[in-house]
Amino acid sequence: MFPLENAETKQGLRRIAIDPVTRVEGHGKVTLLLDDDNHVHQARLHIVEFRGFEAFIEGRPYWEVPVTVQRLCGICPVSHQLAAVKAMDLIAGYERLTPTAEKLRRLMHYGQILQSHAVHFFHLASPDLLLGFDSEPTKRNILGVAAQFPDIAKQGIFLRKYGQEVIRHVSGKRIHGVGAIPGGVSKALTDVERDELRRDVDTMIQWARDAVRLVARIHTTHPEFYDSFGEFRASMMSLVGPDGALELYDGALRARDADGGLIFDGAPCASYNEFLQEEVKSWTYMKFPHIRALGAEAGWYRVGPLARVQTCDFIATPLAEAERKNFLAAGGGKPRHGTLLYHWARMIEALHAAETIRDLLDDVEIVGTDLIGEKGERREEAVGVIEAPRGTLIHHYRVGADDLVKYCNLIVSTTNNNQAMNEAVRSVARSFIDGNEVTEGLLNHIEVAIRAYDPCLSCATHAIGQMPLQVDLVDSSGALVSRRAKNFSAA
Amino acid sequence: MRLVVFGWGNEARGDDALGPLLLARIAAAQWPDSALIEDFQLQLEHVLDLQGAELALFLDAGRATPAPFAFSEIFPRKNLTHTSHALAPESVLAVYEQTLGGNPPPAFLLCMRGENFDLGAGLSDDGAARLEQAWAFLQRLEAGRSAENWRRHATKI
Repeated sequence: MFPLENAETKQGLRRIAIDPVTRVEGHGKVTLLLDDDNHVHQARLHIVEFRGFEAFIEGRPYWEVPVTVQRLCGICPVSHQLAAVKAMDLIAGYERLTPTAEKLRRLMHYGQILQSHAVHFFHLASPDLLLGFDSEPTKRNILGVAAQFPDIAKQGIFLRKYGQEVIRHVSGKRIHGVGAIPGGVSKALTDVERDELRRDVDTMIQWARDAVRLVARIHTTHPEFYDSFGEFRASMMSLVGPDGALELYDGALRARDADGGLIFDGAPCASYNEFLQEEVKSWTYMKFPHIRALGAEAGWYRVGPLARVQTCDFIATPLAEAERKNFLAAGGGKPRHGTLLYHWARMIEALHAAETIRDLLDDVEIVGTDLIGEKGERREEAVGVIEAPRGTLIHHYRVGADDLVKYCNLIVSTTNNNQAMNEAVRSVARSFIDGNEVTEGLLNHIEVAIRAYDPCLSCATHAIGQMPLQVDLVDSSGALVSRRAKNFSAA
Repeated sequence: MRLVVFGWGNEARGDDALGPLLLARIAAAQWPDSALIEDFQLQLEHVLDLQGAELALFLDAGRATPAPFAFSEIFPRKNLTHTSHALAPESVLAVYEQTLGGNPPPAFLLCMRGENFDLGAGLSDDGAARLEQAWAFLQRLEAGRSAENWRRHATKI
């Protein structure tokens, strides 16, 4: 059992619920159990919506799945598409892609990483980092940032737009593009499209580099605070390349412990369930994966940018690698575990993505027309793993002789980070809530920690009026003492 | 008059598809001088799609919207909270104002009442009926495409 996961007794404790967490998509809820002196006895991040994604996929023709899974998530459709299609390549009998097809998929993926990291940092994190965790809540958003830092806000918009344009050129459409299909890709990149993307890529690299420096500068203003906010020791897992490089599209799984020592390395993606195990708990719908060899108590881990820049040995693009070294040096050469460091690592990856996009656009094979690989023997089962913007994303399928999917298991990035997010909430609750009068600013500290992970708690539904923030303060008899609510829109 | 139309939602989530489906009607009818933008969510970069437009129309589905639909003029609003992954149309207008400078084009929101937003659900019967009603309404709007005329059609909520 983890500290603060379960209160020893619930008698005499009052309950604070943040439901759902603002600026976090989907139905998540944080509950804190406090005694009369505001000491925290329990802190949990609940996922209260049951997703049923696997059931949505099972029974569909395998070749349709890479398109269908895009609709699981309106934020990471490309990541789901690529994880699914990597599995379906093998199901369909394509062991190897053509060089052009693999490079086009990588281009699309790095476009996705760039746009997602840009919107995460500029839209989601910068209001807290630039305006302050306790700043006026009605101004603590991207509009507040735009008012005070218009150039930064504008760069965020254009970085996001550029990443989207990369995806559009590769897949053919802004959304519902086909792009990757089992065996390769469906569309070549034209010279005109390549040149159009090339025109702005150096500016994007510069802006991404500026963003890394911005986060680093923010940290140097108050390093003890930023290092320790939501800090907890954790193992880390990600894909790495065969040479140990940061690898976001394809590779083998590597896990390090909190001190940086290897737990496993070179683990084939197809064998993920020999290394990982999933556990369920009664108080949340989301599974808790952990490293099988270490067990549930010790085997949980974090994924995503903070893990990736530390599980790898190096980054293959020079500007991002220089920034990674700066990041590690600021931690004295030891693994860094502060929750807010996710943003720093995220911008290093955004810089790497922009550099990689440039390198791919400069590669003559990117405008090749050999798009489909050579077909071999079909398989019944396959696993596709990719590093999505928020972390390792696993798609596992079994397909029957009738071409229909008969088994589907998805471990999305947010699920991989489930325990880590709960630990972040508990760390912040211990440091900031415990013993203090609970204010909106303090509650926002909890949200700041969750936002560092930017969990996708649900995907791609957004109906107006559906995203209120409600905080209920209930006394020990269960009576509502006070309620505060914010609404997404009045429509 | 250059028009930009945004239809957003997820076709795999029941009535969340109403915005994109209505947008598809416009595409099939080939409205002249119109840019049609479909997406899962409204996001920051959509301010760039507003550039150069003289009139903007946002098409969406809402759970709390009066049935069959509400049609209203919308304005930049700076004090909205938002999710991590989406902006309200009013926020898109405000981001336009604050990052690109100047006033965004006159903008209107047509929001259809939806009933079921579950993953894998189809359009509800009510949703399908409201789509037809909204399409009939939109064709009347298009017959007199101007902000002034559209204001006369705005729903009193």
